[in-house]
Amino acid sequence: MIEFLTQDWILELGWIVAKIMVVIGPLLIAVAYLTLAERRVIGFMQLRKGPNVVGPFGLFQPFADALKLMAKETIMPAGANKVVFMIAPMLTFILSLVAWAVIPFGEDLVIADINVGILYLFAISSLGVYGVIMAGWASNSKYAFLGALRSAAQMVSYEVSMGLVIINVLLCAGSLNLSAIVEAQRGMWFALPLLPMFIVFFISTLAETNRAPFDLPEGESELVAGYFVEYSSMSFALFFLGEYANMILMSSMTVVLFLGGWLPPFDIWPLNIIPGPLWFIIKIMLVLFVFLWVRATTPRYRYDQLMRLGWKIFLPFSLIYVVLTAGFLLVTDRLPSVALG
Amino acid sequence: MIEALFFYLFAGVMLASGFMVVVSRNPVYSVLFLILAFFNAAGMFVLIGAEFLAMLLVVVYVGAVAVLFLFVVMMLDINFAEMRAGFQKYLPLGLIVGGILVFELVAAMYGDAFSKASLPVASEIPNTTQLGGVLYTKYAFLFQISGLILLVAMIGAISLTMRKRVGVRRQSIADQNSRRREDVMEIVKMPSDKTKAKDDAAAGSVDDK
Repeated sequence: MIEFLTQDWILELGWIVAKIMVVIGPLLIAVAYLTLAERRVIGFMQLRKGPNVVGPFGLFQPFADALKLMAKETIMPAGANKVVFMIAPMLTFILSLVAWAVIPFGEDLVIADINVGILYLFAISSLGVYGVIMAGWASNSKYAFLGALRSAAQMVSYEVSMGLVIINVLLCAGSLNLSAIVEAQRGMWFALPLLPMFIVFFISTLAETNRAPFDLPEGESELVAGYFVEYSSMSFALFFLGEYANMILMSSMTVVLFLGGWLPPFDIWPLNIIPGPLWFIIKIMLVLFVFLWVRATTPRYRYDQLMRLGWKIFLPFSLIYVVLTAGFLLVTDRLPSVALG
Repeated sequence: MIEALFFYLFAGVMLASGFMVVVSRNPVYSVLFLILAFFNAAGMFVLIGAEFLAMLLVVVYVGAVAVLFLFVVMMLDINFAEMRAGFQKYLPLGLIVGGILVFELVAAMYGDAFSKASLPVASEIPNTTQLGGVLYTKYAFLFQISGLILLVAMIGAISLTMRKRVGVRRQSIADQNSRRREDVMEIVKMPSDKTKAKDDAAAGSVDDK
């Protein structure tokens, strides 16, 4: 037994835990500051100042918010299904964190370099709907339930076109491994040849994260707050953090698939001395800025318009584009070679 | 050692959650336990090195099929007492079906169906590539046929549920875009107040003053 316990795997386990901490720590701080950035950016876009009082430029605002939320009372609605009610926010939060295991921050800078990385990301993001639907059902409230139903239908719909867009990228990259997909973009980022798919993917990520203009599941004007109306204190905070962590995750997925991950835009002198992870972070921030920009400038979609966009426009369009991409690669003999063994 | 531990963990949780699917009183719990069972099955796929199948199981069954199950079950208005009565009635039938399945599995294990050749072989080539290489060459026709069957099922489901109702307002974007100004708008010249007063005075009307 002593022998079993002193084996190398304990060291290995410690090393893995350390790597996870190195990713999750900065991620949580990034989530906190994303909430501040959102309020400040939208404030400036609407010609107001946004929160600027707590600390210099309002930089301590996220911590003030966190302290406030922790000090609040956790309320369990009467008639709620207690177990599912508590599991739902945890599930949302955990799912938004576990997906980071496969994101490559740089060359060989990844926690788990698995062969089916992109499928893993896709699987985890398709699970996000459970947190929402469980919360809506367990709250025993009409608003929450309606919000959950809307969200479930919306997320399932946009996953289909996201899957087809991912197939386009895979056709060009020839691998499901995220590091290999980034390496395949050395020379040209996929955002250029697959520009329409890049746009479809970005809009689908907006719908997948329930962000404006597709924020019907939490549409304030109709459903108060949607699926998390009944949540308070830390259970609400977990939903909130999960939503913003998902935004960052989807942005990093966009960067990995279309914007060349950690690669510099051109492999020339002043650009290629900036380390890869820094490029990755800069690109994520750019995509996140567009998330906020869209929220500040577009009105909310109507529900039938949302479904029409997903099923009748994006789905056929991305399906046709798969055929076009495959045909183009085949005719010009650019299909990535794959050893069949 | 670690792998064996994980196998027993996955297998144990899977069997337990499978049992809970059958016995839990609330159908929503049943679906949630079913999802847990799917997850553990995916974990076992990973253990034998079939990571592509594991991810596919999660994407297709957990991410799509079980969502629809949950959707339907949550919307249903179910009488729990009635379901309990049904449990007694269907128990023998369920036992027979289960027994047949167990028999088949045991027969396959001790027969030739699972020969050593069909076990996954560890190789450098990712199993996504291996699966694709077989699916699109050797079994291309079977693959296409299964796709067609799914398509037929989908068309059938749509044609069963689609109906044209009268009096439903729907947005028709083509109609909206193809409207011309002349069809829907009429420009009427209205005299302004000043000219109107002058006209009235000219007509000798002082009624409203």
